[in-house]
Amino acid sequence: MLRKKSFILFVLITVFTGLMFMGCSEDPATEAVQKKELEPIRIGIAGAHTGELASYGLPTVKACEIIANKLNAKCGIGGRKIELVIEDDECKPEKATNAASKLVGEGVHMVVGHICSGATKAALGIYKSSNIPLMSPSATNPPLTQSGDYPNFFRTIASDDAQARVEVEFAVKTLKLTKIAVIHDKGDYGKGLAEFAKFFLENEPAAEVVLFEGITPGAVDYSAIVQKIKHSGAEAVIYGGYHPEASRIVMTMRKNNMKTIFISDDGVKDDTFIKVAKEYAEGVYATGPKDTSTNPLTIEAIELHKQAYGKEPGAFFLNAYSAMLAYVNAIEKSCSTEYADVTAALRNEWVATPLGIIKFDSRGDAIGVGFSMYQVQNGNYVEVE
Amino acid sequence: MEYFLDLFLGGLTRGSIYALIALGYTMVYGIIELINFAHGEIYMIGAFIALIVASVLTMYGLNMISILLIASIVAVIYAAAYGLTIEKIAYKPLRKAPRLSPLISAIGMSILLQNYVGIAQTKDFIPFPNLIPEFAFLAPYKDTIRSSEFMILITTAIVMVFLTLLIKFTKIGKAMRATAQDKQMAMLVGIDINRVISFTFVLGSSTAAIGGVLIASHIGQINFYIGFIAGIKAFTAAVLGGIGSIPGAVLGSLVLGWTESFATGYISSDYEDVFAFSLLVLILIFKPEGLLGKSTTQKV
Repeated sequence: MLRKKSFILFVLITVFTGLMFMGCSEDPATEAVQKKELEPIRIGIAGAHTGELASYGLPTVKACEIIANKLNAKCGIGGRKIELVIEDDECKPEKATNAASKLVGEGVHMVVGHICSGATKAALGIYKSSNIPLMSPSATNPPLTQSGDYPNFFRTIASDDAQARVEVEFAVKTLKLTKIAVIHDKGDYGKGLAEFAKFFLENEPAAEVVLFEGITPGAVDYSAIVQKIKHSGAEAVIYGGYHPEASRIVMTMRKNNMKTIFISDDGVKDDTFIKVAKEYAEGVYATGPKDTSTNPLTIEAIELHKQAYGKEPGAFFLNAYSAMLAYVNAIEKSCSTEYADVTAALRNEWVATPLGIIKFDSRGDAIGVGFSMYQVQNGNYVEVE
Repeated sequence: MEYFLDLFLGGLTRGSIYALIALGYTMVYGIIELINFAHGEIYMIGAFIALIVASVLTMYGLNMISILLIASIVAVIYAAAYGLTIEKIAYKPLRKAPRLSPLISAIGMSILLQNYVGIAQTKDFIPFPNLIPEFAFLAPYKDTIRSSEFMILITTAIVMVFLTLLIKFTKIGKAMRATAQDKQMAMLVGIDINRVISFTFVLGSSTAAIGGVLIASHIGQINFYIGFIAGIKAFTAAVLGGIGSIPGAVLGSLVLGWTESFATGYISSDYEDVFAFSLLVLILIFKPEGLLGKSTTQKV
């Protein structure tokens, strides 16, 4: 019975949608209006819109819809309306290639997506051969940009190694340190970061990695590794890991009258670290995501989302909103939707977004997005320039 | 050379930390041949009690020495009560059961206490105040040894000597040795073995609590999980030194501490545990009873 009902419903829907299309094409007046209008700018949106990772992909659709509606309510970009073409990839690489082929077939000028790193990687080649720029709000896998294989790829999220880069640049460029010990907790997160830090340090001619070692999390004490750091003559420690071990190492160093600078990651940029290490935490550096909550554009974006959908936005909403703004800006500045013009504009024109004022570097990573360096000052993490 | 000395002292401190916990382990094993896995948890509870007492006393503005003393005493009393209760609940009903049963019971007790403290207090790390004052006479050497390290070394030595003397020369010590040799025979000659075993647990738990207070002050932070890792290492050290032997526990702990320290210092801290446990395997291959353990024939 239920099946019969839904079948009838299905038939009805098909008939009505068919009628709508027929109505459109048969109406000569509409056709005339469409012909007068300029060709619309077609922007593809690809990502997980169904399946278990849908919550990562749907906010991106909403972010793009908000901006497209806002612009279309006026007269689009330079009189050209924005048309969104939405394709689902469920974060699965094999579906991502299908989605990409479909978008290419639809003749999109540029794509926002995909959401997952694996799916993005699978789809990138298809866009590349069709000269379509792709901008992901959420794919953090470092080689996507660093391999240099994909000049059409951009992203508005910092890659996994961005923290290590911020740490190393801060240590070498800002603090002008030369001898650095890299310590990690042998975990995926900590060791991954430490290996990136080591890699970046080795590319810095001025700096030298004097020690690279893993410690055992939860050990009774860390005096031996602290002695080793002291012996190595390191001016600073870059630590990859979480706050319990970091606070123990810092406390052991300070109690042994070592003034070695301690630089760590957002696993340490946690108030528990300050609570536990207390006065010993003073002066410790840690990277953390940039605080964008006070940015007027962020407030506006969230407000628009609330108006349109009646709730707070989901994951990567601001990244996707920024990606869309970056595209819009690139089209406006270059007065074009051609691949070469748009990518050049993305790389050269600064744009104000909820994530800050950004443009893209030659490899497609957003400059101005990502991590800031914080320092413990008087018992609080304070952003340092 | 200075580096060697630093590592040597670091290993010595680490070894003494293990020893303070291993002493209680080995003593309980020596008397009733039970591996008391809940011992590490007693150490952790001692540290938590001391933290609570110290926080309250600091509000009343007492000076550091009296806070340390009162906190230690309260921690010892509480820990002793916990030890006594654990023995009565988890081990005594199983005294005639196969040897595996009390072992499982001990592991269960350890997990129970960990989670109890984790839920009742917090699962986060919390700071532990430095209760050990800076000794004026150590000021010239403060780059080499800190007063908390000094305290741990001294306390370990005192506890070791005290326990050895107690077991060798006092009446209760004689009763303990008798119980260790043969429970039934000891009962027959009029020794209240229940009292002796309870006393053993009280004593073992007290040393763990003292360890808890000193080590927590030295390290500066505690959480509900510290007893587990410290307990495993202390147990390793006790086996290394010959489980059941009091000086053996201290020697085993120091050997373990130095191995870890030198392995980290001269090779790599990635392999710290690899070296520590390889050493354990090697020693047990060539001397199965441990460094100072007596080889006993299995009683029939």
